[in-house]
Parts: sequence; C-alpha cells; structure tokens
Amino acid sequence: MVKEIERFGIPVVHVCTVVPISMTVGANRIVPAVAIPHPFGNPSLDAKEEKMLRRRLVEKAMKALQTDIETQTVIE
Amino acid sequence: MAKKKIVHYLNQFFAGIGGEEKADMPPELREGVIGPGMALNAALGDEAEIVATIICGDSYFNENPETSKHKILDMIKPYEPDLFLAGPAFNAGRYGVACATVAWLVQEELKVPALTGMYIENPGADLFRKAVYIVETGNSAASMRKAVPTMVTMTKKLLNGEEIGTPAEEGYIPRGIRRNVFREERGSRRAVNMLISKLKGEEYETEYAMPSFDRVPPADALQDLSHLTIAMVTSGGIVPKANPDRVESSSASKYGKYSIDGIDDLTAEEYETAHGGYDPVYANEDPDRVLPLDVMRDMEREGIIGHIYEWFYSTVGNGTSVGNSRAFGIRIGKELKEAGVDAVLLTST
Repeated sequence: MVKEIERFGIPVVHVCTVVPISMTVGANRIVPAVAIPHPFGNPSLDAKEEKMLRRRLVEKAMKALQTDIETQTVIE
Repeated sequence: MAKKKIVHYLNQFFAGIGGEEKADMPPELREGVIGPGMALNAALGDEAEIVATIICGDSYFNENPETSKHKILDMIKPYEPDLFLAGPAFNAGRYGVACATVAWLVQEELKVPALTGMYIENPGADLFRKAVYIVETGNSAASMRKAVPTMVTMTKKLLNGEEIGTPAEEGYIPRGIRRNVFREERGSRRAVNMLISKLKGEEYETEYAMPSFDRVPPADALQDLSHLTIAMVTSGGIVPKANPDRVESSSASKYGKYSIDGIDDLTAEEYETAHGGYDPVYANEDPDRVLPLDVMRDMEREGIIGHIYEWFYSTVGNGTSVGNSRAFGIRIGKELKEAGVDAVLLTST
C-alpha cells in the first residue's frame, strides 16, 4: 500500500514496528514504532506520559515527511 | 551409526503454548520434539533426530531481534547440531522473518547447514531467499503435509553433503544462483528458438529471468506542513465498533473508509481493531495506539499541520496477499490524489 500510494507522487511516512518488512514492501520514509500490539503507545506508562510518547513519535513522522531522501531511509 | 542431531525452531503458536496473548514470550529451550517437529522427526527415520526445540514468541523476536538472536544462538551451541530446521512458517509474517533470520544466523555463526520453509509472499522469504534454503510451502498450515516430505528430503541431502538440485527439482525458493552447464544446442540457436516461441505465443522458459526491482522513487520532501492536508491510513485494522464492513481478521480482501470529521479521539467505545495477527487488548483499550488521531488533532489545532483528511482508510495486514495490498494502495492513492491530499501517515503494527 505504501508503495502504490507513493506512486501517485504523494509522500508517505510508514510508521511500523518491524522495519525489515517495511523495507521489503518498498516504503521510502520509515519511522520505527514502539511495539507490534501498540505501535503508538505503551500501556505501562500513565495516560499523560503515554500521550507524550505518542506525540513525539508523530512529530518524528511529520519531520520524516520534511526530510529529503534519495532512497529508502529509516528515520529515527 | 549414531543419528545426526537437529535443533528445531518454532513460534509460540506451533509449539502449542498459545496464540497472540503469548506472542511476547522470550526464547525458551525444550529438550526433544514438539508440534510440527514430530512429523519431521518421524519422516527422518533412522538418519537423524530432533534433539531440542527452541520456542520464541513472534512479537518478542521481531521487537527484540538482537537479544533474541544472541539467546537463541547460545541455546543451540551446546547441542553441536549437524543441521538446524526452522518452521515451516507458511504465510505468518513475523514467524517467517524469525525462521529465516535464525536459519541464516546459524549458518553464518555456527557454520551448520540450515533449512526453513514458508510461503513465497512471506516477508522472511524476501529478506533471506538468497542466503538460506527456504522450502516453498502453501500459505496456511493446511499445506503442512505437503511441506514435510520436501523439507525432509532436503534435510537428508544437506546432512549427507549431497548436491542440491535446482529450485524446481527440490522445491525451494530460487536463490538467484547461476551454475554453468553444458547444453546440446548453442546459445544463439536457443535464443532464436525462444524468440520464435514467443512470437507464436507459445510457452518458453527464459534462461535468465530478469530481477524485478519494483521500487518507487521517494516523493519530494514537504517544506511546511501548516497549510497541507495529511491523510491517515493503517494496516492495523482499526475500524468502527462491530466492524461494519466486515474487514477480515486475516487475508483481508477489502479495506474500510471511515469519516473522522468532528472526531478528536478514537475511543474504546466507538472503535476497535479487526486485526487477528496481534494481541488486540491494547488497541481495543485505546485505538489511538495504532492510529494516533488524538495527537494529530492536537497538532492540527496548534497549526503544525494544516488539515487531517476527513476520511481514514483501514485494512488488516495479516497474511493479506501482495496482490490485494497493491490493489488497495492503488485505489486509495487515486482517491487521495483526487482529493488533493499532500501526504500520508501510514501505520502498521
């Protein structure tokens, strides 16, 4: 899906836990997530901390959309 | 003659320990044979036996690859096996990645031949097909009965140091290795014959399949997001409660499209996950953990991003075929382009 959407010229940031899979499906901007069952969260944190964690990850993803790249890149 | 020793690798599911709720179990060593190891062991007969089985949760392995690799290697070493078997993993993505990674590692680090099996579309095959023998299986455990004899035949050959034939003869996924052979007819004649067959519309087999590098060049970076529209898409299966479009929990044949106009937060009361390939407890408690609408709305209010596109798209990336995923991507991409969406946040579990 990442690849086919990007083919329309729309930049896609793929936030996912298993980065090697993202590489094989051809995502270009890849941001590693937290864990498979909760990529944008961590249930062991309290609600406020967890939302801050999520905010930081989304900010990273938005920054990835503003990052110039030549080829598939993992943006941490 | 003493039987040769094999160590086998399984995930939590095939070892009979549990489903997704146990997918976070760290590597564990058991003496002897478990689950699919029994069929393999029986077919190996007097030649070899599985002396130990290593079990690791699929999520644990993929979330902690380095720790898992070390632990698993340390567990295998004392057995000094003659061969290492993993899986088969069929179309289970995380399991396939784990099987292929460990097989490769054993081969590299312990210099012991290794073999695994999986479906051709498993991401583990894409990652390691060139380095490891991967027997091609069907896409579900229903094909176990067919996979076992192929795996056992190759296991015996590898144990005895016999020559391994071509992928078509042996049933493994092509590794891209070319070997010199003598043919009756010279190359020019074979090429012309092939061309004639092609022109006639007849079957012909190329002697050198061109690799298909289907890569899309990265779209240009965006400058300032504050006036742009961003769409949210997920393969994590987030859908309105009760899954109105009945997006399948695995091998999805469709995706859903849902309005988030006026919605600030994906709550447990209104949304859930349809995904059957990970423990759904955390996503159901708070669907923002998979599709972070709450934070995106905050950033929209703060003017960091212009607009969130009023629809989100969701499917289940669990054993879903490459063909279906591609078709979803094309339809979604076309709609987003026509709607003037500037960028996409795509989330996966």
